[in-house]
Amino acid sequence: MQFSISMLAPVLPELLVLAGAIVLLMVGAVRGEKAVSAVDFASVALLLVTAALVLCQSGAPVESFNGSFVTDSFSRFMKVLVLLGAASAIVLAIDYFRQRNIRRFEFSILVLTSVSGMMIMISARDLVMLYLGLELMSLSLYVIAAIDRDNLRSTEAGLKYFVLGALASGMLLYGASLIYGFTGTVSFAGIAAASKAMTSVGLIFGLVFLLAGIAFKISAVPFHMWTPDVYEGAPTPVTAFFAAAPKVAAMALLLRVSLEAFPAIVPQWQQIVVFISIASMLLGAFAAIGQRNIKRLMAYSSIGHVGYALVGLAAGTQQGVQGVLIYMAIYVAMTLATFACILNMRRRGGNVEEIGQLAGLARTQPVVALFFGALLFSLAGIPPLAGFFAKFYVFLAAIDAKLYALAVIGVVTSVVGAFYYLRIVKIMYMDEPAEAFLPMPKGLGIVMGVFGLFVILFFVYPAPLVAAAEAAAKSLF
Amino acid sequence: MSTMPLLSLTVFLPLAGALLILMLRGDDEAVRRNARWIALWTTLVTFAVSLFLVTGFDRAIPGFQFVEDHPWLGGVIRYHLGVDGISLPFVILTTFVMPIAILASFRAIEMRVKEYMIAFLVLETLMVGTFASLDIVLFYVFFEGGLIPMFLIIGIWGGKRRVYASFKFFLYTLLGSVLMLLAIMAMYMEAGTTDIVKLLSHDFPRAWQPWLFLAFLASFAVKLPMWPVHTWLPDAHVEAPTAGSVILAAILLKMGGYGFLRFSLPMFPHASELFAPMMFTLSVVAIVYTSLVAMMQEDMKKLIAYSSVAHMGFVTLGMFSLSQEGIQGAVFQMVSHGFVSGALFLCVGVVYDRMHTRDIDAYGGLVNRMPAYAFVFMIFTMANVGLPGTSGFVGEFLTLLAAFKANPNVAFFATLGVILSAGYALWLYRRVVFGALTKPSLQGMLDLTPREIALFVPLIVLTVLFGVWPGPILDTSANSVAFVAERAQTAIQAVQKTAMLMGAH
Repeated sequence: MQFSISMLAPVLPELLVLAGAIVLLMVGAVRGEKAVSAVDFASVALLLVTAALVLCQSGAPVESFNGSFVTDSFSRFMKVLVLLGAASAIVLAIDYFRQRNIRRFEFSILVLTSVSGMMIMISARDLVMLYLGLELMSLSLYVIAAIDRDNLRSTEAGLKYFVLGALASGMLLYGASLIYGFTGTVSFAGIAAASKAMTSVGLIFGLVFLLAGIAFKISAVPFHMWTPDVYEGAPTPVTAFFAAAPKVAAMALLLRVSLEAFPAIVPQWQQIVVFISIASMLLGAFAAIGQRNIKRLMAYSSIGHVGYALVGLAAGTQQGVQGVLIYMAIYVAMTLATFACILNMRRRGGNVEEIGQLAGLARTQPVVALFFGALLFSLAGIPPLAGFFAKFYVFLAAIDAKLYALAVIGVVTSVVGAFYYLRIVKIMYMDEPAEAFLPMPKGLGIVMGVFGLFVILFFVYPAPLVAAAEAAAKSLF
Repeated sequence: MSTMPLLSLTVFLPLAGALLILMLRGDDEAVRRNARWIALWTTLVTFAVSLFLVTGFDRAIPGFQFVEDHPWLGGVIRYHLGVDGISLPFVILTTFVMPIAILASFRAIEMRVKEYMIAFLVLETLMVGTFASLDIVLFYVFFEGGLIPMFLIIGIWGGKRRVYASFKFFLYTLLGSVLMLLAIMAMYMEAGTTDIVKLLSHDFPRAWQPWLFLAFLASFAVKLPMWPVHTWLPDAHVEAPTAGSVILAAILLKMGGYGFLRFSLPMFPHASELFAPMMFTLSVVAIVYTSLVAMMQEDMKKLIAYSSVAHMGFVTLGMFSLSQEGIQGAVFQMVSHGFVSGALFLCVGVVYDRMHTRDIDAYGGLVNRMPAYAFVFMIFTMANVGLPGTSGFVGEFLTLLAAFKANPNVAFFATLGVILSAGYALWLYRRVVFGALTKPSLQGMLDLTPREIALFVPLIVLTVLFGVWPGPILDTSANSVAFVAERAQTAIQAVQKTAMLMGAH
């Protein structure tokens, strides 16, 4: 294999993020705590520049590293989501860490390394590249979960995440080696060709293990157990990051693996996806009802949302993939803005996480309550907010693929889910006010405003996102 | 005038007013007054604009007018608006009732006035949009979006059990609607379009129609509401503030009936014919059963709520006779019920504002202190009963006539409902207004204020006017209804023809 400099052109954004991470690590190591603000700021800028760079790449597929890495409009779409999610998570974190006197420049740098892992996952076209990206992301995330290392809950969350995550990686690796063993290749195209020629039980076994490993990363039932604990234990901005960027990357991976490596055995993986989709939607809807802690509630809510997004993949069509992409984009916006509202729940003694503390927010902070309320209605999927259109496209694909039972279960669970979102709206709007929160920091306000307005006003001009998702979905078929 | 997007203007003017109120800062008396007046003027201007729709509407054309068509979601789902003879009366009804609802809240709402007015204005946009949509996805967005402001109106400004009522309202309606959403998607996949105009002339496979019909029924039956899924309505009405009840009764319920006319009947004519006996049965049960229930109520609002369910029974009865006069009667009945039930809730609001109770037992002999009120209440009680000369009569007569043609037994039982309605309405009137004024708490009751008179005058005028001269509404809807009835009749004839052919073989 000849190396030429032109092979690096498609990986330029990834290189930029990694190089930036190394440079900023040096800066942090030399200047210590004094550099925290500069590193944070530079990381956000770097992520945004990278996003712009990704957008400048051509949508036509360009392969690199002998076909194990590809950039196309699908990878472009997902990478921009990941980069925006990560940049916003850092913005959310700045005030939070400053208030608690956690001056760690490592946070931003770990976000950068995990983001480069996610970008590799999104572009991976063989099993080795897939695993490299996944581990680069996961190892960074384990540390980030425990970033507040003097806090028992944070370290516990990090440890839990690490142990369970390692198990999932092991399963995924086992599945990958089975697939390699039974097809003799690691490249997705090769696997597709081999599975078309002959489907063996070993390959199916490998597929099951592979999907189990990825299901862990997107926190789909039955591999969701870590989610509520880690979401609750990790510092809130970290939770926001976990809920947004890694899920997008893992979902992108799932889409690419199932559609590029296993197009010949659609019925086999389709039944798995249908099952985890239904299980996630049901659990997300029913388990969230009893939650008192808003972060735990968001954990169950995110499990449910993954279930809805998988409805699109279950359809296995281009329209379904388009639905998943639209869903993920809107989901990221809703999640980040919602976490900005959750981070706003600050009193003099620090952040509070009880849902009851939101009582009467509509009178103490009407603007935040308006945004939060709109976001909750959007999470519930009520038109004309963005969350409705997200659900609309995935269910449309499911109906088109004749998955009527899946669609009916999906919409009925969304009604159940609406109940617990409405309960928060009720607490904010209909209960007597509790003690007011401290004024909202500027960083939170920006994230809430930008993504909140996107969610509220999406219906005015939805065509660009729909068209971009359509183009992105096309490149997988 | 043809170049002005009149319909969009009617739809989005209230939203502009809401934005204006949103910009007001502070919560002192001056801000509240501003919010009230901005809301009132916005709704009045919207009404004035919507009147241009009436003057510009050509009754001779059965199709859609004032059509606007722009790309929206990409692909075939477009921003497509237009009105025909069926939707125009509802658009006007909405813009007409809104200023009255706003004015009725001037004194009653003292808490969080800005939010209240914003919720109502947003609701108006969504309601008008529902009636004016010519794209089925756009329709769904407006239809379902209306849940949010109404949920807040009941939940924030409602009575004691407001939270329970608002949740029940929201979840009940949502559950019905999501099934309709799936049917909408299935229709999109089958017909390849979401355009209502094209869907109206699309023939859906006969095997699909019952399923699609049932999915739409799940939504519209809850919304209308039909027995036995009406149980959210009494709760919502009782707990909602007066203006909320007015809007709920006058307009939101009509969305269900409008939905039947716009979608179920013309798009699934075979299924409509198939399910007509079931719909007749449900209608008759609704009319008789809820009338009896209404008779036993001790809460004035609850009584009127049950009477609404009974009156909606006449609407479904008329529609599923699948005949011209039946459907026209249903349209008329819905519009008339919009005035009458809205006015009745206002009547309750008048005494509630003074006494803060809705118990029938707390009143009696009001005619001694409030002669003007007694007069107004009398007119609307009579209209509710369906006395000739009021608008209530025309709709009930036409629907019963159509039902008689379709099935005399059904008409027999439905007519019982007319008698029962006289029973509960007049009994309510007797207990509240007549009798001796013995209760000491009522001694200081004041008669209608000029503001309250201003609320009732337009309603009285229209109730009597359409009672003696129903022409405007019937003529407006005639051509569009003829189209719907024709679709249904063709389907029936096709079935009969097949049956005859089968018999011949």
